[in-house]
Amino acid sequence: MWHDVWLVCRKDLRIEARTRVTLNHVAPFVLTVVMLFAFALDADTTLLRRATGGLFWVTVLFAANAIAQRSASVDRPDGLPDALRLSNLSPAGMFLGKTLSLFLQLTATELVLAVAMVLMYDVRLRGIALILASIPLGTLAIAAVGSVYGPLAAGLQGRESILPLLMLPALAPVLLAATNAFGVAFGTTVGPGWRWVVMLGMLGAIYVAAGTATSAALLEET
Amino acid sequence: MPLDPVIQLHGAVALLGQFPVLAGVDLEVGDGERVLLRGPNGAGKTSLLRTCAGLIPVSSGSATVLGHDLRADRRSVRPLVGLMAHTTGLYDELTAADNVRFWAEACRVDPADAAGAMDRVGLATRLRTVPVNRLSTGQRRRVSLAAMIVRRPRLWLLDEPHAGLDTVGRDLVDRLIGDAAAAGATVLFASHDLERADAVADRTVSIVGGAVAEDTGPRPADRTGADDVA
Repeated sequence: MWHDVWLVCRKDLRIEARTRVTLNHVAPFVLTVVMLFAFALDADTTLLRRATGGLFWVTVLFAANAIAQRSASVDRPDGLPDALRLSNLSPAGMFLGKTLSLFLQLTATELVLAVAMVLMYDVRLRGIALILASIPLGTLAIAAVGSVYGPLAAGLQGRESILPLLMLPALAPVLLAATNAFGVAFGTTVGPGWRWVVMLGMLGAIYVAAGTATSAALLEET
Repeated sequence: MPLDPVIQLHGAVALLGQFPVLAGVDLEVGDGERVLLRGPNGAGKTSLLRTCAGLIPVSSGSATVLGHDLRADRRSVRPLVGLMAHTTGLYDELTAADNVRFWAEACRVDPADAAGAMDRVGLATRLRTVPVNRLSTGQRRRVSLAAMIVRRPRLWLLDEPHAGLDTVGRDLVDRLIGDAAAAGATVLFASHDLERADAVADRTVSIVGGAVAEDTGPRPADRTGADDVA
């Protein structure tokens, strides 16, 4: 199965390297969002600083929507769904490969976003370990949800509006946990930050397990 | 009746929604046979090919392909067949070589075999590093053929394999069909290019209204074998 995971992930990353959708469309989008929030709230830097955690993860969710949509759409045209069904690739391997490729693309996007926020929002990092733990766990949960709902929405009319309607409610707990973990790390919230990290880990594990378990049905129905 | 049947369909019914795309097909195809499916548009040729590939569920009757009962588990036959449909099944953004290598690896075949497959379909070396979306229709069909050949399927299912190809390309398809049969594979193909397809096939089956209307049966021995193809 790991052969399939790496094969699908490598194929998706190669397509991204050729088309540069994340680089040319998603990265400028997140930078624009960071800038717009700065314009909207610049009169109150304290508020901007307090809201940074939430703004970071809301922006990541919007970026994830775009990347998941793109990731699912590359497997749609010209008989590719049938070709994938006829291959020896395991459905679980395909799902995990998609999740890994989404995870890597999202992590790259988050890096751009984090640098922009630190520079523009004057963020003071206190709990760097909390941040470094919550980012990969939150990203994994988002990537898993995107890999389930992306292909599901890709075959539907109005997929652009359906995907966020499916993804965002499922990711509300991730947003809650990740924002709170960031709040503790930035010193804007008090409380046990590591509990939120544990919750992120559990959500990630649940979404990955659910996606793996439903991957065969997902392959047949999309 | 052929020995060692590769395809055995008896009263096979397949539904897409409520519509019966196959309405009780009876068909047996033996090992190494080249069978032409003919019939008007919408007769069920494509549906029959997709059913044999395990892509459409059989709702009643019996259906066995390469020893796999399609009613019990239609997924298990999929890695053993090669389906070339109207679509190419290629990633537009990847190069021809990337595509063939990907499908080789996806079918547990050594990716080094990709070059040999592209040689067989006559894909010029300079075209192999070109993204598929920049190739002509005929060149894309050749890449699609290479992606199918590289998996070494035991059953070839070809839907209009001559479509979109020039004369050289059509001759190539005929030669590949002959080579596949000579190597022991079974070929079931649908074509509207009847004059050419008839010369390649050992047997012709007419499909009308989702069922077999006529079956010529195997041709005399002097017309079978790989040596009678272009």
